[in-house]
Order: sequence, then C-alpha cells, then structure tokens
Amino acid sequence: MADRSAPLYEEGEADRLPSHDHEVYNRIAREGDFVELRRKYGAFAFPATIAFMAWYFLYVICANWARDFMNTKVVGNINIALVWGLLQFVSTFAIAYFYARHAKKSLDPLSSKLRDEFEQETGR
Amino acid sequence: MSTAMLIPLVTGNRALTVGLFLAVVAVTLYITFWASRQSKTAADYYAGGRNFSGFQNGLAVSGDYMSAASFLGISGAIALYGYDGFLYSIGFLVAWLVALLLIAELLRNSGRFTMADQLAYRMRQIPVRSAAAISTIVVSIFYLLAQMVGAGSLVGLLLGVTSPAVKNVVIVLVGVLMIIYVTFGGMKGTTWVQIVKAVLLMAGTVLITFLVLVKFGFNLSDLLGAAAEKSGKGEAFLQPGLLYGKDLVGKFDFTSLALALVLGTAGLPHILIRFYTTPTAQAARKSVLWAIGLIGSFYLMTLVLGFGAAALVDTGKGSQIQTSAGNAASPLLAQAVGGGEGTLGGSVLLALISAVAFATILAVVAGLTLTSASSVAHDLYANVFKKGQASEKSELRVARIAAFGIGAVAILLAIPAQRLNIAFLVALAFAVAASANLPALLYNLFWKRFNTMGATFSIYGGLIMAVLLVTFSPVVSGTPTSLFPSANFDWFPLRNPGLISIPFGFLCGIIGTLISKEVHPAERYDELAVRALTGAGAEKAVVH
Repeated sequence: MADRSAPLYEEGEADRLPSHDHEVYNRIAREGDFVELRRKYGAFAFPATIAFMAWYFLYVICANWARDFMNTKVVGNINIALVWGLLQFVSTFAIAYFYARHAKKSLDPLSSKLRDEFEQETGR
Repeated sequence: MSTAMLIPLVTGNRALTVGLFLAVVAVTLYITFWASRQSKTAADYYAGGRNFSGFQNGLAVSGDYMSAASFLGISGAIALYGYDGFLYSIGFLVAWLVALLLIAELLRNSGRFTMADQLAYRMRQIPVRSAAAISTIVVSIFYLLAQMVGAGSLVGLLLGVTSPAVKNVVIVLVGVLMIIYVTFGGMKGTTWVQIVKAVLLMAGTVLITFLVLVKFGFNLSDLLGAAAEKSGKGEAFLQPGLLYGKDLVGKFDFTSLALALVLGTAGLPHILIRFYTTPTAQAARKSVLWAIGLIGSFYLMTLVLGFGAAALVDTGKGSQIQTSAGNAASPLLAQAVGGGEGTLGGSVLLALISAVAFATILAVVAGLTLTSASSVAHDLYANVFKKGQASEKSELRVARIAAFGIGAVAILLAIPAQRLNIAFLVALAFAVAASANLPALLYNLFWKRFNTMGATFSIYGGLIMAVLLVTFSPVVSGTPTSLFPSANFDWFPLRNPGLISIPFGFLCGIIGTLISKEVHPAERYDELAVRALTGAGAEKAVVH
C-alpha cells in the first residue's frame, strides 16, 4: 500500500500557508464535546506541569542553597537529600499514573466520539 | 564521563568479550535485513509502518534514551562524586512528564514523519521546515558525536587496546554499522535494534544490582555507609555538593543543567519521531508510560550500581575508574560482584556488561542517524528543495543517501572530537533541544496567534544563543580541561547555557510572532487543535 500517490501540495503551494483541509474540523472545534475535551485536557495537563516543575525546582534550589536541611539524617546513612531524590521518582510515577487514569476515563471517550464523527462525515 | 580513558581494563577473557560483541553485531544485522524485506513505503521507512504497540515502542523509546552516557556515565559519576551523580538521573526522569502531558499524544496525531511536520502544520512550509531541519540535524549530530566518541574509548578500554589508531578503527566500524542499520532497516529495523538493546540493558542492570544488594544484605543504608567510607570523603559523599555548587557560579551552573535536562527531553528529535511509530495517540501515551516505568527503574538501579562501585571497586587516584572519568565503573563492578579479576564469574560478567554497553551505543547511534536522514530527505529535499513535488521513491533514495552522508560526517567529526567530554556534548544537545525545539512545539500547539516568524525566531534564536554561550564558556576555553586550554575567551561563566538560552528561545517566539504583521487564519489552528486532541484525520497505521 502506497502512503502517498499525489504530490504533497500543488505547484507553488509550498511558499504559501498550507491550504485548509476540511471544514468539518472547524465545526467540531465549536462543538460542546470538543470544548469540554479541551477543558478537561487542560485542567489536568497544565496544573500538573506547573506542580511537578515547582516540586522539581524546589528540590534543585534546596540541593544548592539549603544544604544543612538536605544533609539531615533520617535513618542510618539515609539523609533528606536521598529521600527527596527518591520522592521525585515517586511523584513522577504518581503523576504518570493519574494522568493515564484521567485520560482513559475523561478524555478517550470524548476524543473517540469526535473522531468517529469526523470519519463518518468525511469518509476517511 | 570524559573520554580520557587510557589505562585498559585487564580483561580475564578477551576472546569471550570479542565473541559477545560479534554476537551483538550479528543479531542486529540479522534484524536489519529482516526489516529491510518488510519496508516498502515512506511510512514504513520513516515510521516503521506505525504498527508498534505501546509496550514495544515503550521499550524502543527507553532503548533510544538510555545512552552510554547514562548507563556508564551516571553510575560512574555516582561512583566518583557520590550524591551529585544522582542529580542527573532525577532530571532525566522527571523530564518525561513534559513529554507525557504536553507533547507525545498531540504530536502523534498532528505530525507525520519528522518534528518539522508538526511545526509546519499551520505555517509557511519553506522557512519553518528549514529551521526545524537545521535544529534537528544540529541536536542529533552533537548527540551522535558523544556516542561515537564514547564508543571509541569504551571499546578500546574494554578490549584492552590503547592505540589511537585502534580507537579510530572502532569509530569507523560503529559508523559503518549504523549506516547499514539505517539504510537497510529504516525505522522498523532501528526500532527492533532498540527493543533488543533495552531488554539486554535492563536484564544486565537487574542482574548486577541484585548481586550488589546481596552483598549488603539488601540494606541500602549499609551500602551507602560502605561507599562513603571507601570513597575517603565520608559523609560528604552522600550529600549534595561534591561535583556542583562549590561556589555561586557552580550553583547557578547546576540550576542551568537542571533546567536543560528537564526541558530537553521533550525537544529531542530522535525521541519525538518515535511517537510516530505507534498506530494511535493512546498507544503513544502507553509507550511513554512504559518508558517512564522502565527508565525510572533503570535510574534507581544505577544508584545501586554507582554506590556499589564506590564501595566495592577502587575509585582512588590513579584507579581505572578515575582515569576513565567514571565510565569504567559499571563494567568493573560487574567483574567485582562476579568474583573479581581473574575468576571465571568475573570475566563472564565483565564481558556481558561490556557487550550490553556496546549494544547500547549501536542502538542509540542508529536512532540518531535515522532522525537526521529523515529530516534531510523529508524536510529539506522533498519540501524545501523540491517544493513538495518529489516522488516517494526519490525521497526515500535521498533518505538512504543522507544516512551515508551523515554517517560519514559523524565519523569525520568524531575522530578529532575524541578530546571532547561526552557529558558536555550530551548536555549541549539537551540545552539546544530545550532552547530551540520545545518553545516552537509548545507555542504551535497552544498559542493561536503564533505564526511563521515566531517559529523561525524561536528556533534560530534558541539554537544560536545556546551554541554561542557554549562557545564562550569554560567548556571551550580558559581552563585546563577546556577544548582549547591555552586560549581565553570564556566570558560566560556557566558550562551549561540553558538558564539563559531556554528563556531566550521562548522570548524570541513571542517577539517574532508579535512583530510580524502576518496573522495566520484561525481555521488552520482549529484544525490543528481538533486533530491533535481527537486524532481526527491523523496518519493511520500501514496495512500490508
């Protein structure tokens, strides 16, 4: 099966903006389901990004400027610096897990519904 | 992680090591020729037919990401500098959340073969594709050089040869192998090579970690205590600050590195194009989840390897770990836990871990070469030079020729670059990726007003600023370990440019967008947003 039979664009098109593909896209963009999908995606992705970046840089800053605190021993030879480093692993795994759950529960049903709609209307 | 590795390891059984290396080469070549018979279309060559499952691609992503710099470099840095080596692992892992939350799925739905496909979706093709292709090639070549220089030193070290001529032969051989993988195997062959490598690497690391932990009765505190005592640095070995942050410049340098590490991953072109090999965005998400699990476990184990090497192997002045700048730590640790030098167990484990390191290098260089060749053929040749009028057949021919060209350039640059520090090249690749690629990708996805000039400004701005700052940093001149130790033009104090160049790249994107009179039609942004979030109209898997 060939992936492409026609040229990528018409002669001369490459200098200009890519041509508009299909108006169904624009209709979907205004639909309630899409607005909701977008809101639900952003409601997780952006706060989570801000949270893990802040948590990571707080750790970096403390490793630089709060050494006495970081060097405090917790148990045996294990200090706060090591525990906090390991907690960065835990938080990364946790955010990945919660995002996967959120995406499966709240995003995938909406996106597959909209995709089906697009495919039916355009025949692709 | 430097390449100043002069003292060869005394390998108990060189024949075994050579035999395992040849086995790695034979298996990977077999995969390549098998894959070449399966590849027919452009989607096969560039994206492996988009038929890899989330788990398979997760393994391949891990195989592409865990380079020799992490396997040998991080455990080596921990063995030498204790806690500070661990800081690399954290940045390298946390970075995957950027890819998971903001990039992977949206890119899979809105792109096709290269990073530029996504950036040029709603922009003027020629300027944006040219910029994205240049930045793809620059990042990939820096990364490629690091791996090839590492290969030369590593193989020389592990086989016990010191002559520069032999190292050059090894670099040329690695170069020839990667050209063969990419020319014949395309993305399908490269992906399977990365999957095999990831499995080997994880198995080898689990085995050595287990053997180290057995020696310490699975008590982490005892392991740390033994490492601190043997290192001669005491408590300081377990605390931040031995490698970074002795003074204020060092502290800012560390912050700069931390920023480049966490934002670089999601802008690395060879990682980005891996998401095109899955059939759906859901599979792309799954592959990042697997990658986070695998890479995270791997870095946790490197912690044990690094402290284990500090506790069990000589890391003092003049030791092999010192002279190899840490790179020999994992192989020597394998020898030690296997029974020590001269024992059968020690020799077998040393040979095994060496072969794993070799497989690691081969898989990573193949991925990088493919990324650059794809961008040359698909972006520069088919879209910029031929203005979209090239046939698929001629485009794929150019991709194969480009793989030869890039392989040759990498070989020619790697031979004189053997003086350069591997960590510097890798960190620079991350800094350039974060400064030039990530701002454009994020703006394109989330900022409606973003336009062609914004895209070119942010890519060129971030790229040029990152490269300039490194040129005028202590990495290039002014200190005994610099590239030009006798010259003095090091007016920029930080070794990593990220702290300045990454915000600069983001700022350039805003400035370029706002000073341009051009307002792109909103319909095309809606189209991108719908396609990226829902997958409507996204590229489908190839059905053979």
